[in-house]
Amino acid sequence: MTSNAIVVEDLHKRFGDVEALAGIDLEVAEGTVFGLLGPNGAGKTTAVRVLATVLQPDGGRAEVLGYDVVGQAEAVRRRIGLAGQYAAVDPNLTGRENLRMVGLLAQLVRSRILPRAAELLERFDLTSAADRPLRTYSGGMRRRLDIAASLMQRPPVLFLDEPTTGLDITSRNELWEMIRELVNEGTTVLLTTQYLEEADRLAGRIAVVDEGRVIANDTPEALKSQLGSTVVEMDVRGNGRAQDAVRVLSVRLSDRVEQEGERIRITSERGADVLIEALRILDDQGMAPDALTVREPSLDDVFLALTGHHAEDKQEDKQPELATSKGGAA
Amino acid sequence: MSSTAVSVPATDDRDRRIPFGAARDIYAITQRNLIAYRRVPQLLVFSTIQPVIFVLMFRYVFGGAITLRGLPYPYVDFLMPGIFTQTVVFGAIATAIGLSTDVKSGLMERFHSLPMARSAVLAGRTMADLIRNVFVVVLMMVVGFLVGWRIHTNVFGLISGALLVMLFAYAMSWVFATVGLAVGDPETAQAAAFPVLAPLVFASSAFVQVESMPAWLQVFARNQPVSVTVSAVRALVNGGPTAIYVEHSLAWCIGILVVFAPIAVRLYRRAV
Repeated sequence: MTSNAIVVEDLHKRFGDVEALAGIDLEVAEGTVFGLLGPNGAGKTTAVRVLATVLQPDGGRAEVLGYDVVGQAEAVRRRIGLAGQYAAVDPNLTGRENLRMVGLLAQLVRSRILPRAAELLERFDLTSAADRPLRTYSGGMRRRLDIAASLMQRPPVLFLDEPTTGLDITSRNELWEMIRELVNEGTTVLLTTQYLEEADRLAGRIAVVDEGRVIANDTPEALKSQLGSTVVEMDVRGNGRAQDAVRVLSVRLSDRVEQEGERIRITSERGADVLIEALRILDDQGMAPDALTVREPSLDDVFLALTGHHAEDKQEDKQPELATSKGGAA
Repeated sequence: MSSTAVSVPATDDRDRRIPFGAARDIYAITQRNLIAYRRVPQLLVFSTIQPVIFVLMFRYVFGGAITLRGLPYPYVDFLMPGIFTQTVVFGAIATAIGLSTDVKSGLMERFHSLPMARSAVLAGRTMADLIRNVFVVVLMMVVGFLVGWRIHTNVFGLISGALLVMLFAYAMSWVFATVGLAVGDPETAQAAAFPVLAPLVFASSAFVQVESMPAWLQVFARNQPVSVTVSAVRALVNGGPTAIYVEHSLAWCIGILVVFAPIAVRLYRRAV
């Protein structure tokens, strides 16, 4: 039996009138990556903050490696790393000084702090920038240092809150690679993301979160099988023409066809073939789309499939008094 | 639901406490804040330029127009204790800016997730600001000597006066730790501070004698903490009855700490 690194039962957290967590249940097996997928304001960050002992829950319970996040917070803190959305590092310190500070605060034995810092700087390709103040770092470098800082005490459980938001594609891919390496070494990772692709690439299991609740909890494969591999969106404008197009497409295509105003969405397993066929059908009717998009399913498609409504960003998932300080925390 | 969490492990080496861990945490935070003052010298320059300008302005521009009644020493000797005190009062805003910057940048979130002493962030911040104040006040003393400031008592009086200014500075740091954590944003902290501080500094005995003010203002101006502390330092370096002022000033400092330190600690626990 594999044991669970994280167990969450009926977790509640409220900020004023906003119910950020409305009863979340999760189990994360040791040595796996678990993805919390949802739009801004769904409660992902609040869940991570409770698990990382930063916030106290209002109800329910959560354990990390068997330790209660409220009653045994100190023991939890000795076993976790947290890298948030905001690259929580001191811009005035150098990379090495930041890691040294975190090493001291993580209660590492003094003689092990600088060697560990050097090892992480090397690993995250920051050695040449190690003794420069962080204000000279790029966004990607800061994010890497933030994650390096969260690894100072070799935490068996790592929380990554939207680790790639705002990163360019190269930095994102590098970060994904690092996360995979950590998991290969046995680290349990709980990551939050707004991107289905990210959760799909990294996580062995995904919980979709909406308005403080888990609305789906499955493997990426199972989730995607509900979605198809390709989404074709066509805008057919003009009076009633979209409806005519949907009628004929539904009859002649074996794939799922939906209409939303003047937009037609076809979800398919057949890749680009469905596009050719759809266009041919419309052409037969003397119709052509006014706009056309072919793409992979997104978080929004997951939401449409699961809830029937779009993924809507909400801004309330944070403590209200900080509303002006951190725009759009999720 | 069936939870299969790993059974609670026996205490392992991760839970071994480092001896004097809290002191080490405070040291780590203090050092980190002092490095910022060294790396971003404008933080220090701006907190010293303003008092230097005040010294020059009051010594050479306004000083001639201010008549002191019944004092056996020149205006510059009256002025400097006021300068020391107003310097640390305005300087305390830095505590609010530092803490609110940490809230905004997400560093507080990291600190809350680390197995560090809960007291270290506030203790380290106020400690670093105290050390900065020692530096700034010593600098102001040098400036004072250059413009003709002289001590009328002895070295003991000077040291006691400096210590009292430092204690007052430390108390004010806790007031602004509370402000910084409450607003959570450096710009707001700065904007909120000035309207509170201006009356404390200017409706005081720091630059002029309280007797020159209208009667209704004298009651406030005579008893508020800045005036009481300025009067105590003045008595310590210029002579005259000291005990009453020093006692009042100590009472204010302790009172401020007793009220604001617990509020700041409470706000810190909730600041993310």
